[in-house]
Order: sequence, then C-alpha cells, then structure tokens
Amino acid sequence: MALHVDIEKTLGSFHLKVKFEAGNHVLALLGASGCGKSMTLKCIAGIETPDRGRIVLDGTTLFDSEERVNLPPQRRRVGYLFQQYALFPNMTVAQNIACGVREKKDARAQVEEMIRAMHLEGLEHKKPHQLSGGQQQRAALARILVNAPEVLLLDEPFSALDSHLRFQLENEVRSAIRRFGKTVLLVSHNRDEVFRLSDAIAIMNGGALETIGDRKTVFADPKTVSGAILTGCKNVARLEKRGERLAHVPDWGVTLQTSRDIGEATHLGVRMHDILAGTQGPNALRCEVVEEIENPFSYTIMLRPMGAPQARPIGWELDKDTWHRRRADTVTVCLPPAHILLLRE
Amino acid sequence: MDWFPLINSLRIAGISTVIIFFLGIFAAYYIAKAPRLVKGILDVVLTLPLVLPPTVVGYLLLRLLGPKRVIGAWVLKHFGVKLTMTWWSAIFATTVVIFPLMYRTARGAFESFDETLAYAGQTLGLSGTYIFWRIRMPYCRQGILAGTVLSFARALGEYGATSMIAGYTPGRTATISTTVYQLWRTNNDALAFRWVMINMAISAVVLLAVNMLEKKQRAGRRAA
Repeated sequence: MALHVDIEKTLGSFHLKVKFEAGNHVLALLGASGCGKSMTLKCIAGIETPDRGRIVLDGTTLFDSEERVNLPPQRRRVGYLFQQYALFPNMTVAQNIACGVREKKDARAQVEEMIRAMHLEGLEHKKPHQLSGGQQQRAALARILVNAPEVLLLDEPFSALDSHLRFQLENEVRSAIRRFGKTVLLVSHNRDEVFRLSDAIAIMNGGALETIGDRKTVFADPKTVSGAILTGCKNVARLEKRGERLAHVPDWGVTLQTSRDIGEATHLGVRMHDILAGTQGPNALRCEVVEEIENPFSYTIMLRPMGAPQARPIGWELDKDTWHRRRADTVTVCLPPAHILLLRE
Repeated sequence: MDWFPLINSLRIAGISTVIIFFLGIFAAYYIAKAPRLVKGILDVVLTLPLVLPPTVVGYLLLRLLGPKRVIGAWVLKHFGVKLTMTWWSAIFATTVVIFPLMYRTARGAFESFDETLAYAGQTLGLSGTYIFWRIRMPYCRQGILAGTVLSFARALGEYGATSMIAGYTPGRTATISTTVYQLWRTNNDALAFRWVMINMAISAVVLLAVNMLEKKQRAGRRAA
C-alpha cells in the first residue's frame, strides 16, 4: 500500500513541484500558507489537474500526463476532509453520511454503524449548522470513512476550531486515523499538531518539497531555513564560514563551534529551549538580558552577547524555577555545538 | 364578465416560466464555467432583452417567426402551423423578455455557491447530476425561487412583444394587459378598472412572495 506522487503545476507565477512516496503511515505536509500544500492534496483528489507528472495509489494510476490518464475524483477513492468540513447544509447528519455509502444495499446499517463509531448518536437528524465545530468534524469524518477510501487527506483539520477544542479533537482524529490504518496525508502549518499526529514530515516552501523524513529526524535536522522556522526554531541567523566547524554569526556578533561540518550551510539556528544556563565550555556566551517575557509555564529571555551592542537578541526559553534562581542582568549561557542546526537558504 | 384574459395570461406566464426555469438555470450554470471572452459576449447577448423595448423584441420575433420569414415559413410549410397570432405565440414573446431575469438571478445564486461542497461530493463518488440537483440547487434554492417568481410576474404583465406577435383577439389571444388597453381604447372604463385591480392584486401577491423568500434567504444565510 503506497501513494506515489510526482507532479508539477504552474498557476500564474506560482510553480508547484512535489515528489514523494507515502506508505501506510501518516505523512504531514508542513508549510506556511500559500506554499502549495492544499494544491497538492487537490491534485491527488482530482479536483485540480497537474500540468505534468504521475500519481499512483496502490498500483492504480490516478493521473499520468504521458499516458493521458486522469481519473475523475469519483473513481479515485480518496477521502478528503476539507478545512470547513464541507457538510451538505441542506441534509441532516444521517443523510450526509448516507451520501458517502458506496454499496447502497445495506446503506442504513452502514450509516448507523458509522454514527455509533463516531459518537454521533442523537445528532442523526440535526442539520450541520446546528452542530458544534467538533461535531461537524466528526460527521465529516464519518461521511468520509463510510466511503471506504484508500487514502485519507486532511486539510488543516483543526483550523476551524477554537483552541480549547483542538486538543480534544486532535485525540479523536488520532484514534480515527489509527483505526483507518492506511496512508494519511495531513496538511498543517502547526508544528505541534504535526509532531503529535504524524510519522513522517515533508517540509514545503514556495511550491517545492524541501525536506522529507521521519518526524524526529526532521525536527532534529530540518536542513533548510524555512524548515527550521516551520518546526519552531526562533533563533535563525546567517553564518560566515570561518573553518570546517567554526562559524561567525554577524547578526549576533559571535563565533560558534559546530559539531558537524558546515559544508554548504548558509544559516544556523538554535532552538530557544536548547540553550543551556551557566555552562563553561565551547560556545559559552556572556550576555546581557534585554527583555524578560513571562509565558504561562516558562520564561523567554531575550539575550544580547556582551561586546556586540548592535546584535539582534537571541531568545532563550527556560522553566520558571530555574530563572527565579538565576535571575540577573547578565548571564552566561551555552549554545551546545550538538544543538546547532546547520541550514541552507 | 369574461374570464378568458385571466386564464390566458396565467397559462402563458406559467408555461414560459417553466421553460425559462430550465433555460435560465442551465445557461447560468454553463456560462459561469465558460472562458472569459465567451462569457462576456454571451452575457451581453442574453441580457439584451432586459433593456430593449418590448416592441423591438416583438419586431425581431416577427422577423424570425412571421409566416413569410425564415423560421415561420419553414414551420408553416412542414407542419402547417402558423407561429404568430395564436394564444401560444405570446409564449415566444414572454420567454425572450423574461429570460434575462431568470438567467441573472440564477447566476447570482450560483456565484454564492461554495464550490468545496461540489468537490466533497465528487470525492465521495457522487455523480455530477446528483451534485447539481441535490446539493447545488437546494443551496441556491431561495435565489432561484425568487427569480422564478419574478419571471412569472414579469411574464404576466408583458404587453409590447405579446401584442405584436399574438395580437388582440377576444376569446383567443387576449391577455389581461392587452384587454386593459383595448377596453380603455373603446371607452369601457369600468371594466378596464376591474382588470387593472385584478392585475394589481396578482402582482402584489407575487411581490409579497418574493420579499418573503428574500427574508428567508437572509435568515438562512445567518443560520448557516
């Protein structure tokens, strides 16, 4: 079971070019809005037509520009969860789910079973606008799952929800996709959501797929500037190579050692929580505290290395107790060489 | 009192509204998908009857359907039917005159449709016909219904093109509007006034219906 995608599409000045393979797992497409994530899903579903390329699902060619194959969406067996769920407003929950039934013979039993599985009992005869955001999402998922798709496409599944609902809904979606057990593509710009829900991550930027890999590998080594930013790295700066493992960072006014060869890297990054307090050793920096920002459960301290008054501040995140013990106007921190991300533009 | 003009007006308006319901909807649906240039040209051509004087529409119809003209002569020769000066000749006139009303309102209604609903239907395996009649049309129904009612009202009051193509023959082609004119011309003021009152009553009911539909549409939008 695998989904193979290799497509290109030009829309005005925007050029989409993606190539990836997804097995029986959850692959997240992580990217800023307008990077082509949703367009990629639409091409797979057959709603948009790529200019060139191939899409193959479990040995069935859905699209092939050279062989002139372009199956209509109806025959692709792709389950698409839209951002706003796209429930049919003129139909009840049960009627919406019935629309997804392929084998009409025992339609009623299938609808009832799905209503139970998605905890929609008592809402069968309600119209979509009478449901809460979470109930709408469950109804939309039920309609898709009863359709028995071969691949599930989730387009920003939680963006239409209030933040307090997201967590609960995320758990429901997680259990639904585990039960589904086939290929799932999740489109999102939320790194936490992506990390929790997916097995593999593909980073998209400006219509191109930059990095793809196991989720932990991608977070540990995002490889590109946009990858670092999308996975939540706040400290990213241009580097000047001074040695194979020595980089000068003009924006911060410091020179740092790295644990890996700099190679072709143009930027480096360090995550706010990877910075260590008061350690001697390589990359220890004496810094002045520019600003102290209190978060609910942590502090973000903005630091400026001593002797570099023009430097852009570096963000440092640490738990409240630690900061209470160490609070001072100047502090020594260490940017561990092993936690320095080497990035290409 | 002879009720023929009322019955004749109602059947002419009724039949042309049914025709225009389908024509207007399909024109609106397919033209919305057409390339820009084609859309622009068709839009002008199809909306023209709305701004042309009805007598001009009547004249053009006579040029086409008159017994000595292209289509009229052909039909007369092959079917032995004269297309003008019968009660149903007026249907040609009203259909052309009210077409733009239906086309415009249907197009407006379709433009408010959320295309993702159609995409969702497609990925679920629903046919294009099902999506059109069971999802798109119900979604746009208030706008389309309002357009239908307005078209019916306009058809009921059509005078210019009707009088040219169907004429005025009492008991055969007379409609309310042509009857009012004829009665006025022959100084039968009392009867003319009665027909005027009947016409105003029907129009008031129709406009009331349109207003109620529009209110319902706004309420529906808020709820959705």
